[in-house]
Amino acid sequence: MQGFWHRFLRNPRVALGLLWLGFIVTLAAGASIIAPVSPFAIVAKPFAPPLGEFLFGTDSLGRDQVAGLVHGARTSMLIAIIATLAAVAFGTLVGAIAGFYGGFVDDALMRITEFFQTIPSFIFAIVLVAILAPSGTSLVIAIATVSWPPIARVVRGEVLTVKSREFVQAAVVAGQRDLAILLGQVLPNTLSPLIVTGSLLVANAILIESALSFLGLGAPNLMSWGFQIGAGRAFLRDAWWLVTVPGVVILVTVLSINLVGEGLNDALNPRLRDL
Amino acid sequence: MSEHVLRIENLTVSLPSWADRPHAVNGVSLEVMRKEILCVVGESGSGKSVMAKSILRLLPEPHVRVTGGRVLYEGQDLLALPADGIRSVRGGRIAMIFQEPMVALNPLMPVGRQTDEIIEVHTRLRPAERRKRIVEVFGDVRLPEPERILSSYPHELSGGQRQRVMIAMALVLEPALIIADEPTTALDVTTQAQILKLLRELQARHGTAIMFITHDFGVVAEIAERVAVMREGALVEHGRAEDILLRPQHPYTRALIAAVPSLVPRHVLREGETQQTKRNLLTISDLEKTYAARGGAFSMTRERVRAVAGVNLAVPKGRSLALVGESGSGKSTLARCIVGLERPDRGAILLEGTDIAGLSRTRMRPYRKALQMVFQDPFASLNPRWRVGDIIAQGPIVNGTPQKTALGEARELLQLVGLEPKAADRYPHEFSGGQRQRIGIARALAVKPKLIIADEPVSALDVSVQKQVLDLLDDLRTTFDLSMLFITHDLRVAAHVCEEIAVMKDGAIVEQGSTADIFARPQHDYTKALLASVPGRDWQSKCPAR
Repeated sequence: MQGFWHRFLRNPRVALGLLWLGFIVTLAAGASIIAPVSPFAIVAKPFAPPLGEFLFGTDSLGRDQVAGLVHGARTSMLIAIIATLAAVAFGTLVGAIAGFYGGFVDDALMRITEFFQTIPSFIFAIVLVAILAPSGTSLVIAIATVSWPPIARVVRGEVLTVKSREFVQAAVVAGQRDLAILLGQVLPNTLSPLIVTGSLLVANAILIESALSFLGLGAPNLMSWGFQIGAGRAFLRDAWWLVTVPGVVILVTVLSINLVGEGLNDALNPRLRDL
Repeated sequence: MSEHVLRIENLTVSLPSWADRPHAVNGVSLEVMRKEILCVVGESGSGKSVMAKSILRLLPEPHVRVTGGRVLYEGQDLLALPADGIRSVRGGRIAMIFQEPMVALNPLMPVGRQTDEIIEVHTRLRPAERRKRIVEVFGDVRLPEPERILSSYPHELSGGQRQRVMIAMALVLEPALIIADEPTTALDVTTQAQILKLLRELQARHGTAIMFITHDFGVVAEIAERVAVMREGALVEHGRAEDILLRPQHPYTRALIAAVPSLVPRHVLREGETQQTKRNLLTISDLEKTYAARGGAFSMTRERVRAVAGVNLAVPKGRSLALVGESGSGKSTLARCIVGLERPDRGAILLEGTDIAGLSRTRMRPYRKALQMVFQDPFASLNPRWRVGDIIAQGPIVNGTPQKTALGEARELLQLVGLEPKAADRYPHEFSGGQRQRIGIARALAVKPKLIIADEPVSALDVSVQKQVLDLLDDLRTTFDLSMLFITHDLRVAAHVCEEIAVMKDGAIVEQGSTADIFARPQHDYTKALLASVPGRDWQSKCPAR
């Protein structure tokens, strides 16, 4: 495992990505200390330009942009991470059962998975939030519901290959029960592709969350990056920073997650990249 | 005879930084003479394949690359040639035959067209002339009905035919040198014997030099005129075949040759100790297993493969029975049916009088302890995320032994199979193939079974390690009073550990009896063919080293 950390951390792209993500997570964790005032509080006159009294200026109602970004980081990261964890848990369950038992179970579960995959994911998410009424929880549910199918397929494929390895047969011959074999022998060996897919899913979740908030379907009492862009959209020509700053933050965050995810992939499967 | 085709001078090939040693090939100098067969022998990791690949610059650069030396062909250094220079040498002047013909041939192109491409690239012959040449060379390698084979796809041919096509492709431009990298390793023994014979004939007729890479001294004895022995990237010894095979000088060569198991059965049943004198531990009667090969979505007919077709077999208590057969004979399926990894369609498997055929997983559980399996691939058969101790203790823990006792016993077992007890705290990747197979054996022994089914347990190992593992299995058999069903394709291995032998072909047992009897007086034609195909038979009988 030492080789893994060495390969992972020495990769300059990973280092850059981790640096930015660390920064964002620190902001998110310390949001109430860095910006003690509510991000919805009016603190100055509207449309104050950046680099004045406030680092990134104020919006159309005179709210501090920095406070919005910091609290938005908390919302975006929390929702993205919880939604991803839920999607990974559910997708792993479905994929593992389908791959391990095969036959009819596999057919049934994979048809359901394909059913979810054929619905355009963003429109599906909009419908889900609309039905559930906008709130943090419904965002998580909507994002998780549209994100689990790829996880299920990755896990199923891995379980299928690991299942045919001889050590699994050895466990059967030793008399181990199905559940013990699945949890103890098979799943631990599917971890590396799961980690990579899962980490990239976080980026996707941030994008969906921002897009939903942009459309006004976000949690009403939570500040988020997408909401900031949505609110500043009408004033693009008069106050460009209202849209640009949160947009750039989303871009860099998603890029960082992708860099780290790719780095994870390279470090977990060094041969793939090198040979 | 003194004239050389290829001259390798001080060749050094570097490995990437994460490899376990800096050089794959380290300062090798070697010559291939005109019209000779040079065998390069070595165990896995000896650098023999890398050396062969670097001649035609087929290394996975930039990680594995030549860092020193020259490869001289007709006076020019192949390593210094520009890209199109080496392309005209490849296939045209120096051809290569690979180990696995199924992978080396393009599955989407008829084999005739693939051969045609080589001529098209290297010559200005017209299509009709090219076709004539291909038919001629296909006939040369004894492919039946060359005209028909021409338009066949690789999957329509047998393994032996595919390798013949590969040889035809190598021969088609009459190269000066053919490099053959383990060309018979993936083939069955009987096919291997035919291919070796063919290569010898062709070499005599065309006068092509052949560099033949192999790990098998039997094959060397069959085909070589000169032999070069490699170890860890360096040349250990080289010279005329008779000298090396009968009077090896270097201790490593001697050890390698001594490790090749003899064809003379070691365990001979004493007078009067016939098959009936011992009670049978396992009796299999009329066992059948048919696989429904899945046809295409629209095909109306369902193909059926009878993997096991009415097998009757008995494993006597305390004996070791070899189940010998070529690939596809159904021997592995039979083993999987016995340990309950597969459900037979029909027939009975009596374990000390109880029928265990087709029991459900739950009802099979009480009998698991009696039947254990040693698997073929030591790299796939151990869970990479478990400690060795836990892997061995797994069986006893499942069967209700307290964890602490089971782990203690695992350490004792490790010692018994020749590893240190502290190996229990390490992970499988820290061990070599042979050591891993010892761990696999310890795992099988942990539940104190009555019968061990070993499915090709040594076929993935090098000769020297093979012998140690075989001897270990043999010792443990007496220590634990085990019976053994030993599945193998290698008659030498069977002769080394088993006093009884059963020959399997197309899902049925064609002959069964004591190893000594069957080796001396084979009855069935197939058994005779198998025995006649063992490479290096004659050499071993006159080898003074044993």
